[in-house]
Amino acid sequence: MEQHTDLLEIRGLKTHFFTKQGEVPAVDGVDIAIPQKSIVGLVGESGCGKSVTAMSIMHLVQHPGRIVAGQVLFNGDDLAVKSIREMNKIRGKDISMIFQEPMTSLNPVYTIGRQVSEAILLHQNVSKAEAKERTIEIFRKVGIPEPEKRYSSYPHQLSGGLRQRVMIGMAMVCNPQLMIADEPTTALDVTIEAQILHLMRQLQSEQGTSILMITHNLGVVAELCDEVYVMYAGKVMEHADVNELFAHPQHPYTFGLLNSIPDTSGTKSRLYTIRGMVPNLLKLPKGCRFCPRCEKAMKICTMQEPELQDLGNGHQARCFLFDKEVMGK
Amino acid sequence: MSDKKLVEVRNLVKEFKVSSSMWKKSTSVVHAVSDVTFDIYQGETLALVGESGCGKSTLGRLILNLIEPTAGSVTFDGQNMQKLKPEDLRQLRRQMQLIFQDPYASLNPRWSIRDIVAEPLETFHVYKTKAETTKRVEELLKTCGIRPEFINRYPHQFSGGQRQRVGIARALALNPRLIVCDEPVSALDVSIQAQVLNLLGDLQQEMDLTYLFISHDLSVVRYLSDRVCVMFLGKICEIGTTKDVYESPLHPYTRFLLEAVPKPDPTKRKEDKDMLIGEIPSPVNPPSGCRFHTRCPFATEQCSKEEPVLHEVSAGRMAACHLVK
Repeated sequence: MEQHTDLLEIRGLKTHFFTKQGEVPAVDGVDIAIPQKSIVGLVGESGCGKSVTAMSIMHLVQHPGRIVAGQVLFNGDDLAVKSIREMNKIRGKDISMIFQEPMTSLNPVYTIGRQVSEAILLHQNVSKAEAKERTIEIFRKVGIPEPEKRYSSYPHQLSGGLRQRVMIGMAMVCNPQLMIADEPTTALDVTIEAQILHLMRQLQSEQGTSILMITHNLGVVAELCDEVYVMYAGKVMEHADVNELFAHPQHPYTFGLLNSIPDTSGTKSRLYTIRGMVPNLLKLPKGCRFCPRCEKAMKICTMQEPELQDLGNGHQARCFLFDKEVMGK
Repeated sequence: MSDKKLVEVRNLVKEFKVSSSMWKKSTSVVHAVSDVTFDIYQGETLALVGESGCGKSTLGRLILNLIEPTAGSVTFDGQNMQKLKPEDLRQLRRQMQLIFQDPYASLNPRWSIRDIVAEPLETFHVYKTKAETTKRVEELLKTCGIRPEFINRYPHQFSGGQRQRVGIARALALNPRLIVCDEPVSALDVSIQAQVLNLLGDLQQEMDLTYLFISHDLSVVRYLSDRVCVMFLGKICEIGTTKDVYESPLHPYTRFLLEAVPKPDPTKRKEDKDMLIGEIPSPVNPPSGCRFHTRCPFATEQCSKEEPVLHEVSAGRMAACHLVK
């Protein structure tokens, strides 16, 4: 087989929702590459299309949404054209997913042990007894106390943090190559969040799983990720290595996001704000979609859409400020 | 901030009875708030922080007397709220307001925002005519950054940040002195959160407001508050000025809480953070002695037996821990 350096490569992905009001371009031409054994962050505010991107990778986009263009190359294999049956073999085995709400993503009428061993029985040719053994083993690994006893607990008997551990266990039990985590710690308290992030990093380094971390929390990105993609209204606005992005944010949107976080030094100056609000995807502004909120907007920004510009060192930003042709004029 | 005490909370206790079944009599008790004592000074922002279930929202509602305490008292501007006659209490309530966490659930979807913001004005018959009330509503909306032309729109026509502004306008309608903000920005995106925080800061300066700011977001609290009160399982662990608490936390829980916050700076990443082990204990059966001892790495035998008292460590600085002298 051909050698691929990137585990997952999304090329020009467009996922649109066909609603009564019109076509909503929730994901509008996204390119993301996830290298082997790395943690990639996908950040943005609500409605920017980060979750829809994840759902598109997994083929979980529901009616009226549909992938209208693009490729999702997983080890060089295009997932976007796979049938449901083929996807079922990949989901949970090669790619798994953790959701934000650990209460609604577990089935309340089955024990957690049964739900996790179901994943093993589906994808691996093992006996029920062995599946149970492996479930208990993974429970121990993700730090669930008394795993033998917990095997027969129901989701409602567990706290939010423990439920999220069960979800992570379920996602890791088949040693997937890629784990997609959609806001896995948003519903949790800070001390529990720290535990879960620690656990994810530990599992990642032990098993070499790549993680696509979807979050709105820039703190979580800084703590966990190697690379970051910043999304805004369906498009990737900036992409860089995590240290580079936090030290030298280039796109005005990323700059605004980083500066609107209350400063930890405790100075009581006014917070930097990005004026206005996220545009309606049905009525996207002409030109750059961030333009109406941008402080550095120029005339060209209202007329033409910028392309992702390469800034060197793998740093990219979708902004005319870095377009040599435009700025040279 | 002045030295005048606006609210004095003394030995406040709130217990909720819970029953295991609909038909059975209540069997167990949730100790939501246990023996809490503190003051809120005129013009300050006091933050109440803690994890879910620590009783911070219950405490906020107790201070507004929206729920009756099981024991203890709340004194607002020298008047003991538990001893007031209903009509006196009603009048006193004009001076205190609440801003809610969820801007979607806290506005009636069938009312226009004019009616929503006018409700407190009409309840207390502040103005004689409808036109005067509407004029005041327009002013309030303008103060909060909503264009007065939108006065006849309905909540669903606004974004989350704008709805929160409507909620703030409603809270300001009666010129209150105290506003309890119960997680007012936790449902908002960062860029919108910054706008609302700036608005709250501006309003405080203009109108000499006192805030009780309930939040689990420690970076927001650091930004906004003058003093911080850290709660764990219905008890106060530590009170002090924001600077003191963040720079030299006394109680082990405060230390871990601050350490746990993900910092938006990848250069400060630590592979081995000091982390709290275990889960938050249940407020139905709080641990004996110090309620934090089951998770505390410094716990001694004394901690599991004796409950530490909140004591003054230095001026204005209090902690409840046996190890802090």
